[in-house]
Amino acid sequence: MMSATQDARTQIPVTVLTGYLGAGKTTLLNRILTENHGQRYAVIVNEFGEVGIDNDLLVESDEEIFEMNNGCICCTVRGDLIRTVQNLMKRKGAFDAIIVETTGVADPAPVAQTFFMDDDVRASARLDAVVAVVDARHVLQRLKDTEEAQDQIAFADVILINKTDLVSPEELAAVEARVRSINPYAVLHHSERCGIDIAKVLDRGAFDLDRILSLDPHFLEHGHHADECGPDCDHDHSHDHHDHDHGHHHHHGHDHHHHEDDPHSVKSISLTAGDLNPEMFFAWINQVTQAQGPNILRMKGILAFRDDPQRYVIQGVHMIVEGDHQRDWKADEPRESRLVFIGRDLNWDVLKDSFQACVAQ
Amino acid sequence: MPTVAPVDVDGFVVRAGFLNGCAYFASGEGGIVLSGTGERTLQPHKAGLLAAEPARDGAALITSGDDGCIYRSGMDGSSELVAERPRKWIDLIASGPSGAVAFASGRTAWVHLADGREKEFAHERAVGGLAFAPKGLRLAVARYDGATLWWAGTDGAPVELSWKGAHLGTSFSPDGKYLVTAMQENALHGWRLTDGQDMRMTGYPAKVKSFSWSVKGRYLATSGANAAILWPFFGKTGPMGQAPLQLGVRADNLVSAIACHPKEEVAAVGYQDGMVLMCRFEDNAEVLLRRPGKGPVSSLGWDETGTRLAFGTETGEAGVISLED
Repeated sequence: MMSATQDARTQIPVTVLTGYLGAGKTTLLNRILTENHGQRYAVIVNEFGEVGIDNDLLVESDEEIFEMNNGCICCTVRGDLIRTVQNLMKRKGAFDAIIVETTGVADPAPVAQTFFMDDDVRASARLDAVVAVVDARHVLQRLKDTEEAQDQIAFADVILINKTDLVSPEELAAVEARVRSINPYAVLHHSERCGIDIAKVLDRGAFDLDRILSLDPHFLEHGHHADECGPDCDHDHSHDHHDHDHGHHHHHGHDHHHHEDDPHSVKSISLTAGDLNPEMFFAWINQVTQAQGPNILRMKGILAFRDDPQRYVIQGVHMIVEGDHQRDWKADEPRESRLVFIGRDLNWDVLKDSFQACVAQ
Repeated sequence: MPTVAPVDVDGFVVRAGFLNGCAYFASGEGGIVLSGTGERTLQPHKAGLLAAEPARDGAALITSGDDGCIYRSGMDGSSELVAERPRKWIDLIASGPSGAVAFASGRTAWVHLADGREKEFAHERAVGGLAFAPKGLRLAVARYDGATLWWAGTDGAPVELSWKGAHLGTSFSPDGKYLVTAMQENALHGWRLTDGQDMRMTGYPAKVKSFSWSVKGRYLATSGANAAILWPFFGKTGPMGQAPLQLGVRADNLVSAIACHPKEEVAAVGYQDGMVLMCRFEDNAEVLLRRPGKGPVSSLGWDETGTRLAFGTETGEAGVISLED
């Protein structure tokens, strides 16, 4: 399944909030809604909680997972979201953006896939980012207990480590290292009571191919010195408002980030190479996503194709892959192909070797 | 020459049609514009309007909204609250015999009878569509993995019709022999109700969101392709093994709304670019009723005599097209 992106200008941006019960999703939601930003939000919640949310367009939506009749077991969408988005589109002028709050145990994949697999939803709305709120005090235990907690972190574009005031700097460093071991590519922030500049959470363009500028796991610098970061360090390594000139070197090959204890836990891998043969690459990525889609949570890449002056950017969720030419390679920019996967039970060595086989001869 | 008289509507036209000769346009912003002798706007709902359906007796328009209310509005300008489910978005309604109204939210459907009694029908998965049978208080509920036929007036056991996948909008054939659903996939599904025989109607490039039975129920006309697709339902086996008619073929535009003429084998066909054509089944002759506009045609409805057509679009353009001067 490969398709070009739609025109983002006419599509309403959608932010998905994930996170375990009690992590602070509702607090963040209330902050977003009460801050004076001039934006009007339609909010889709899984249930009207105890905490009152004061918003004109607030709708409760019961999770309805729809399997698609296409033989693909990971091709699931949220039927309730399709219905709610279509209903919202009957009042298109009443809001500027949509926020979806998921249940603590929700699988984020069907939520994200809804915005790629349903043509009507896709025509009117675009996924902006998946934001995971993590409770600094309880997340390590949650990660031991449940796959959902791992999936939420693995899936996120922005991770808010919240309640940092309730843990020691050492504990916070351990939490951050663990979160990073699952997802080194998300933008990571710290907060107390979800006190964060809303601009760091909304309008991220995380699924926007035009805004994939860099795939560097900058966390490495911080990850190794996390104890030097005070609670105010929000580790904003967002890739969209600074140029890529950090001057540190990537080593070619692949970087594994994984938690040694559990072979089933989520891991990430970064594959790098020079120019690729496009025919071989597309055949390979289609085969990989067809065969291993259920295990691939997220995938992103910036690719250099032989004889192609333009960067090709690609991103995916499970079996859904979309890619497009982005812009010319700059003269001072090394032509390098870089592809990152976050997933579980993937055979990393096979992936690496088969990716290397796509290198242009 | 057809003439177009524009009508001002302030939002997405959820439903357009006629009741007792008076044109109505239900807007997603909540207003119901009535256009007969002069124009007036009713505003029964506190906020948005999600669905509208003419009453069986042709005397009123039933609407539901995100205020959880269902109203019955007369063409005289009156509005009466039929039922309320606070905090629910009621986005599906159907009108039945003797003033019965069915409505649904999430996994639950309800039937409100004229005497005020209400019956609740719970389902394990999402309800996608509602339709009353042409005769009797029988309600079809399209749901995930099939449809359920309930008796709304008595406690008779429901009939379950199974087919994997999410079933959305639904409709009985006018003779009551078939039930058809539009699916989340780009396909229709049908059941012959005498024996439960399944029918698959596939090949659409987009979801089917509008369907309309032709005069005497001979064809089911549908949106979702770059032509109106009309499945034959006459004969013993209905559409099985038969190719559909394709009317109003356009190379670059999908049909977004369709309404069959009440008396002739002719359909009004609305497209994504706002164009409306009238197409004759027999020879595929076409008459342009409206040029392309700003947005997709979202609703079409003929008057009782078939001389006027109400249309509305997602971008709030609306009007009445008269075939006679």
